[in-house]
Amino acid sequence: MEGKNRKVSLWTLFITFCQLGGLTFGGGYAMLPMLQKEVVEKKKWATEEELLDYYAVGQCTPGIIAVNTATFIGYKTRGIIGGIVATAGVVAPSFLIILVIAALIKNFADNTYVIHALAGIKVAVCALVLNSVISLWKKGVKDILGIILFVIVFAIMLIFKISSIWLVIAAIVFGIVYGRFAPKKEVRK
Amino acid sequence: MMIFVLLFLEYFKTGLFAIGGGLATLPFLNDLANKYTWFTTSELSDMIAVSESTPGPIGVNMATYAGFTTGYSEFGVIGGIFGAFIATVALVLPSLVIIMIVAHFLAKFRSSKLVNDIFYTLRPSVCALIAVAWFSIVQICLIDISAFQSSGNIMDLFHIVPIILFAVMFACQKIFKKVHPVVYIAAGAVLGIVFKL
Repeated sequence: MEGKNRKVSLWTLFITFCQLGGLTFGGGYAMLPMLQKEVVEKKKWATEEELLDYYAVGQCTPGIIAVNTATFIGYKTRGIIGGIVATAGVVAPSFLIILVIAALIKNFADNTYVIHALAGIKVAVCALVLNSVISLWKKGVKDILGIILFVIVFAIMLIFKISSIWLVIAAIVFGIVYGRFAPKKEVRK
Repeated sequence: MMIFVLLFLEYFKTGLFAIGGGLATLPFLNDLANKYTWFTTSELSDMIAVSESTPGPIGVNMATYAGFTTGYSEFGVIGGIFGAFIATVALVLPSLVIIMIVAHFLAKFRSSKLVNDIFYTLRPSVCALIAVAWFSIVQICLIDISAFQSSGNIMDLFHIVPIILFAVMFACQKIFKKVHPVVYIAAGAVLGIVFKL
């Protein structure tokens, strides 16, 4: 389009993030190396430090990290429209792929082989999710307070079956209050 | 039509409260499985498998899939496509708005004591929420609490073959750290057919 020097076209923005969304398996951190190559080295839309900042903030804001990073870079290059276009780009491939797979699974759900395969896949999923929980634990649970919080939240969810939202809100409020009144200690990352 | 409004609201909430990426959407989808008849916990685990083995962010894949299943349960394929679209947009919308706001105050936000304080307590809590969601998948494929309660026989509590497969796959993940999740999911599918799980 009218690519006045340095002004990135919306189409380029969309296609670039489409590729990133369509080629990274696993999302989140799997996307970081690809972003570094495309966005930092080739397109020079952001610096290495900026990208890491986006990632860090993407983790502390609601939503999916890969999507958040796309919004950031889109916003930085072309403002609000850019943010929307980059986000749409990163989401579009998975949207289409999942749509096809979901429709297929629905149609073959009664097939015996599919049933057995899905039962086996559930076992694999159990192992994969446990692994994620463990790596989250390593990253997030740093001391006794963390362990206590983990146990309390786990127990409340198991016994009362309330919505996860309330526990997220409670954790946020507790974090703020604790940060105010706790004995001064290095709680930084 | 009401179901699509409900769908939008529920996924909007999920997008707003699922902080931390990756499987952070899982506890909320698990809540939905308990609250509505849109999909079951068992289908939820299919969704994780598909989301992990296809490109794209897991959270988005999960929302698209869950939205499809929800719409499909009421109106067939067309409803599924519409549901997938609504769920995906609703999930992404809160973060889209928030990020654009935060982009303005990036430097301050990064070093804010408040943000650090919040994450100090939020991380363990989110970890626990995902652990609970994990446990509900365990209940449908590795252990059978209701059979144990009715017979009182401890052996009825465990599904032996799946537990062994689970242990092997878990150990493999610890040993071969570079292997992509899709490999385990493919292996799970083959083993499921072989052992007639």
